[in-house]
Amino acid sequence: MTIMMPAADEAVLQRKDGIVAALRQIVPGEGVISSAAEMLPYESDGLTAYRQPPMVVVLPDTTEQVSQVLRYCHDNGIKVVPRGSGTSLSGGALPLADAVLLGLGKFKRIREIDFENRAVVTEPGVTNLAISQAVAHAGFYYAPDPSSQIACSIGGNIAENSGGVHCLKYGMTTNNVLGCEIVLITGEILRIGGKTAESAGYDLMGIITGSEGLLGVVTEITVRILQKPETARALMIGFPEVEAAGECVAKVIGAGIIPGGMEMMDKPAIHAAEAFVHAGYPLDVEALLIVELDGPSVEVDELIKRVEAIALGCGSTTCQISTSEQERALFWAGRKAAFPAVGRISPDYLCMDGTIPRGQLPLVLRRMQEMSAKHNLRVANVFHAGDGNLHPLILYDANQPGEIERAEAFGADILKLCVEVGGVLTGEHGVGIEKRDLMPEMFSDIDLAQQQRLKCAFDTQGLLNPGKVFPTLHRCAELGRMHVHGGKLAFPELPRF
Amino acid sequence: MDILKVRDAADVEQVVRAALANEQPLEIIGHGSKRQIGQPTATNAVLDLSALNAVTSYEPNELIITVGAGAPLADVLSLIDSKNQHFAFEPMNPAALLGSGSDAGTIGGMLAAGLAGPRRIKDGGARDHLLGAHAVSGFGDSFKTGGRVVKNVTGYDLCKLLSGSWGTLAVMTEVTIKVMPRPECQRTLVLRGLDDIEAVRAMTAALGSPFDVSGVAHVPASSLRASGGALAALGAPQTALTLFRLEGITASAEHRAVSLTKMLAAFGAAETVSDDLSAPLWQAVRDVSPLAAAGRLGAWPVWRIVCPPAAGGRFGQALAHETGGEVLYDWGGGLIWAALPPAPDAHAALVRQRVEAVGGHATLIRGSEAIRQSIDVFQPQQSGVAALARRVKNSFDPKHILNRGRMMREAAT
Repeated sequence: MTIMMPAADEAVLQRKDGIVAALRQIVPGEGVISSAAEMLPYESDGLTAYRQPPMVVVLPDTTEQVSQVLRYCHDNGIKVVPRGSGTSLSGGALPLADAVLLGLGKFKRIREIDFENRAVVTEPGVTNLAISQAVAHAGFYYAPDPSSQIACSIGGNIAENSGGVHCLKYGMTTNNVLGCEIVLITGEILRIGGKTAESAGYDLMGIITGSEGLLGVVTEITVRILQKPETARALMIGFPEVEAAGECVAKVIGAGIIPGGMEMMDKPAIHAAEAFVHAGYPLDVEALLIVELDGPSVEVDELIKRVEAIALGCGSTTCQISTSEQERALFWAGRKAAFPAVGRISPDYLCMDGTIPRGQLPLVLRRMQEMSAKHNLRVANVFHAGDGNLHPLILYDANQPGEIERAEAFGADILKLCVEVGGVLTGEHGVGIEKRDLMPEMFSDIDLAQQQRLKCAFDTQGLLNPGKVFPTLHRCAELGRMHVHGGKLAFPELPRF
Repeated sequence: MDILKVRDAADVEQVVRAALANEQPLEIIGHGSKRQIGQPTATNAVLDLSALNAVTSYEPNELIITVGAGAPLADVLSLIDSKNQHFAFEPMNPAALLGSGSDAGTIGGMLAAGLAGPRRIKDGGARDHLLGAHAVSGFGDSFKTGGRVVKNVTGYDLCKLLSGSWGTLAVMTEVTIKVMPRPECQRTLVLRGLDDIEAVRAMTAALGSPFDVSGVAHVPASSLRASGGALAALGAPQTALTLFRLEGITASAEHRAVSLTKMLAAFGAAETVSDDLSAPLWQAVRDVSPLAAAGRLGAWPVWRIVCPPAAGGRFGQALAHETGGEVLYDWGGGLIWAALPPAPDAHAALVRQRVEAVGGHATLIRGSEAIRQSIDVFQPQQSGVAALARRVKNSFDPKHILNRGRMMREAAT
């Protein structure tokens, strides 16, 4: 492990038996897990390079229990790590040795489907896909579709502000949630927003979404649902150079076309995916674009023609257009299986998640090749090209001494490059622990202090998910201190009226 | 009145720091076009951002524009229009409603107010399009949040908080906003003579269809009588109008217009209005022209009510009936504009009681200073949420230097 987590509080660990007993008073039966063997499944999330058994696992099944657990932890100075399905790729749900792991897995019920207001009220443990499935019979779906959608929970989606291949056109989680019930670390239960397009006052829903479990525990969520487009078709376009593919992406957007999805893969990713799912990907190209258009068929047919013409103009060498749902699914199969496909050609891989301005893509890919040589590790790239979100997969072998450290150093170099070219550290996976120590690449101490002050407005003792997102922990009192700089309100040099 | 016209972000930082040292609250303005909205702020010092008006960069292919907070909205709109792009959230220009001239104000004001137009149902609000900001907090610190790319989850999304915070958290100095391609064409379907409840039913059906409507509004006949302009011309001889907008490439918008017409047949035979005639209708809906200050209802207070859309018809009809007021529906019923006859509290008690019952909220957008002094302009929140909102405010501006009391009627610290 190269990332240091906050030191465990020995005093808390010594009180473990008492803490477990107190939690059992709140959540009866199997809802409290404290044996090492049974806690094993909880010791890591999707960032499997990091593992840490928690002090105790609590699985409440009512909001009232969540509230009591949090109040107990608050009153007794015990840290809490919230967890949904544990699919975070950034270590957002990594346990701490002296913390309660609060799992929301028992909150599995969809509470209300309201087609008239195009809203679904759901518990946080429901999977992303289950929401779409529950409303599919009426032609509706829930738009954000992270790759892990069969497993990831909607509560976790709120925590991470999850995206997916369709977020270029339909937005991320934050653009598709309307309200929530949230329990603060004090145990206080609040309702934010509802079935309305906007909530009153400050946009608290907007700040809760993407807060990585540091502000509160969400126990109910209202999402908006959309009607499925009439039809969707995809183009699979091969380019002899990555630059040409990048140019094509820019020109499609420049032509005013916002595809439902626009994904790019580089040669190593194409080969790995093709070997795995046999989607018929061309193997002699340097870059493959999958562009999906959705809407009424007259629109889709017209836009396909336009995209095809743009691609040809950019020097595409192959272009296949799906003529059936099966064919469309096949085009996507390789892309959707890209991660496991890479998993087959390498014992381990690290998945990065920076976003860059689209125009910087050729430069970034070129520099990444140089880094690959420098760190002596292979890299395969899949890329949400439409919104500039890169997913370089760094291939390594954890059993080889020093490889994980090299892989992490390579990853850090890539993310620094993303920031250098005007992008950001993470487009959809979250900061968690993975990118925590890189935050100063993007934010100054002052920028981070303002974010942490906001954290203090929700959690003054810093008990919720400590060690995530922020590289340095500060006390709230210290952050709230005013540095009055003196001086009167007199600016002789400023124009006055 | 001391008006401090800052030249750059460093000036803003200096002014806020000095204000802090003197515990002197500041009113933050761009062009001041929306100054009449909110609780009156008690201060004699104005921080004027209008000189921060540069376009830092505009990158049409990246779908972003970065501008100073004081940049005039009208100028920025015409710049992006030259590349066939727009702000998809259709920011309203409240000048005619407020009777404050014709100036649409600045980019900073647009974001701080967060008043989105008809397309909000499809493409979201201002909060969904603000990608990054540089701002000065009430601590007198310059900070940045977000970035210059459309997809970003690095750190807390403070852009969401800044949008719609009416300048009470931080002074934005430079912002990056997402721009979108302007649709090639638009078609508006018009149904005539529906009552409010039927109209909301028709709008609900349209919003629940796959035809991707980008605007759904209803103007009752009595509200049309109050106005001139595009809506009144279309509404003659004084029948209610229910409008459905379809946008996109021409073939698609036409195709969907035909499909939606069929689907709405039970509500009447829809007429189709095309591009040049369609656009002014939606501008009138966006800016709530029937309730304009210069019109018959100009002296009446105006509420902006957000509620679950399907509840809108019954709510609006009852409110109009009980008060003798006039209403107009946008967002398929999810946004109701209500001009109510003058009353000492602008009917706040009634509006709030009713809106809470349907799970919505109401803001007084037009009202005299005396009324805004005496009632809650913004919806009072449940005590726990209100306390959290106060802690959030304090985390940005502990001495309440910035737009003190504008959103919350309470004793300032």
